Amino acid sequence: MSSVAAFESPASVRQALQARISSMQSTRLDEDAFPVLPMMRAVLGRGLRRGTVYSITGSTSLALALVAAASQSGEWCGVLDVPDLGLEAAAGWGIDLDRLVWVADPGDRWMSTVGSMADVLGLLIVRAPARVTSAEASRLLARLRQTRSTMLVLGEWPQSESQIRVVSSSWTGLGAGHGHLADRHLELEVRQGQNAGAPRRSRLRVPAAISP
Amino acid sequence: MTSSDARVLVVWLPDWPVIAARRSLELTSDQPLALIHKGVVFACSSDARTSGVQRGLAVREAQLRCPQLLVVAYDPQVDARAFEPVVASLEDLVPGVRILRPGLCAIRARGPARFYGGEERAASTILEALARADIPARLGIADSVFGAERAALKTNDVTPLSIVDVGTTRQFLSAQPISTLDDTALVPVLRRLGLHRLGDFAALDRTAVGARFGEAGLRAHARASATDRLSGAEHTPEVDFGVDVIFEPALDRVDQIAFGVRTASESMVDRLAENGLVCTALRITVTSESGERRERSWSHPHHFSAADVVDRVRWQLQGSGGGNAGLTSPIERVEMSPARVDASANHESGLWGTSLDERVHHALARLHSILGHGAVATPSLGGGRFLNERQVLVAWGDETPTSKRALPWPGSIPPPAPATVFAHPRPADVRGPSGEPVEVDARGMTTATPAWLALDRSPALKVSSWAGPWPVTQRWWDADAHRSAQRFQMIDSEGMAWLMILEDHEWAAEARYD
Repeated sequence: MSSVAAFESPASVRQALQARISSMQSTRLDEDAFPVLPMMRAVLGRGLRRGTVYSITGSTSLALALVAAASQSGEWCGVLDVPDLGLEAAAGWGIDLDRLVWVADPGDRWMSTVGSMADVLGLLIVRAPARVTSAEASRLLARLRQTRSTMLVLGEWPQSESQIRVVSSSWTGLGAGHGHLADRHLELEVRQGQNAGAPRRSRLRVPAAISP
Repeated sequence: MTSSDARVLVVWLPDWPVIAARRSLELTSDQPLALIHKGVVFACSSDARTSGVQRGLAVREAQLRCPQLLVVAYDPQVDARAFEPVVASLEDLVPGVRILRPGLCAIRARGPARFYGGEERAASTILEALARADIPARLGIADSVFGAERAALKTNDVTPLSIVDVGTTRQFLSAQPISTLDDTALVPVLRRLGLHRLGDFAALDRTAVGARFGEAGLRAHARASATDRLSGAEHTPEVDFGVDVIFEPALDRVDQIAFGVRTASESMVDRLAENGLVCTALRITVTSESGERRERSWSHPHHFSAADVVDRVRWQLQGSGGGNAGLTSPIERVEMSPARVDASANHESGLWGTSLDERVHHALARLHSILGHGAVATPSLGGGRFLNERQVLVAWGDETPTSKRALPWPGSIPPPAPATVFAHPRPADVRGPSGEPVEVDARGMTTATPAWLALDRSPALKVSSWAGPWPVTQRWWDADAHRSAQRFQMIDSEGMAWLMILEDHEWAAEARYD
């Protein structure tokens, strides 16, 4: 009945077709990204893109900071093969530990594990195995695109579309035999997207007590 | 209701807490025993009583009077649990047992009296049956529950049965002291009013007692005047939902066994569902041909479906080996029993479902089957002085242990928290400006300024700034678990910050601020 009604009214036909087109097209940017903490907007202005791989070199805190806002908004996150990740730091950034899935030792099934985690978890923090062939990497990327999950790799990754690299890091608060670590200043080099051109430099101040 | 309708038979097991404790702890009956609750004696065995131990005595006083006394903490759970088989054996003889408290239960006397041909005969049948099970029991029969209880308490070892004739219960009770009512609020007041016997209290007008003493007073008045009746739910025998699967011949392949238990687990879940229940914790016992028994309980974030039960059996057989790790010996028996059930009404999914979490759960359960149990974990924050103790990982679906995080932990480090905490501290070497080792002396001062830092035998880096030592001591009273260490924060020449620890003259990196 409804299809007959739809034929009779051109306006509703147009509307239905429009809806189908927009569902087949890639969605707009703001829907296509995970939110990030306000302080991280200096690094990634548009948030973390879905369905892609970021490789982060030189800082674990940076990965935690990028995941935090999405975790707070109810996204499930996963940690694969990073047995030394500091949980207190994760909780300090505001990551919801109740929705954090932890696989410390996938053995020789790294690829299948990361695949099945990507199916249900929105964000993954992983350490790459010693050897990843580019075929495996592109298969995984296709799977991530399909499930619209994002993977943050600590270290190098063969086909990462975006890279964040710590150029320099300095601390305040610690002297010669006195004080304690407090604020941290990071200088980052960010390259987002495969054909983004020259990397962008940005500075980040990480306060000792993070208030997300 | 004629008075013979109201006849009540009370079974009393003297010193039940002591018997229950002895049974659960497998103690012999030749040592005097006292059960302690809140620092005073709650119950004691008869030989302890002859040495002068009594209820309400302080522990030290009891030990002084009876030096060989064995003192055990009172556990009401043990009482109730040990009473269950006694009630079951009573139910073989007479139906409708009501448990008044562990060690004391009441039965309507009319039915058994008719069946066994008289109250006396019924009582002696019950006594004989309990004596066969090695349970010393005393019986009282009267017109009211309280009367029968008092009658049972008045018996002794020689005549374990006391029958108060029909219609004389009120008279039997009237001479008893008011303190037998066992109501700490009411009894002193009644005493002050000059009511020293139950008969005096029973003679008061019921309406007046209700107006003055309310519900509790009315209850006590009914007991004193032998008008209290059996009420409350009858004891219903526990339904056993557990299932056993026996393999003949024994099987040695995990998938064969998993297939074999499928029907049984389906029938278990179905039977629970028929009773309006779901299982939230499960106990699986696997017996192998060589007689090895492995038992484990599993809990579930939601509730077990039949497929989940099969999964747990599979995980238990695989152990932590993962994949298709072989079994050490063929399995001949798998027992599955629900350890905790809940009304299924509490577990209905909402109208729109709980789709996402459900999906995550299924995927992780699958991952568990691939990697082996324990590979997938949920993290939580624990307590402790050392950073790696503060990270608690619990296998997915298991219960999180109670956290000791809220306790004060002296020696904790100021924020920020390090983003990398080494599960096993990485060995390191710290040297002074001219290469001498850095130690901490008894006054808590460093013997040399830390100037060089080398991790895992890599080339040494210059220390640009540092702070410390911050002492951490734990369990100084325990020689085995005792740990004493000194913490330092250091930044190397590459700008990386480390949390270093000096313990037993050995340097290690506990965490990295990266």
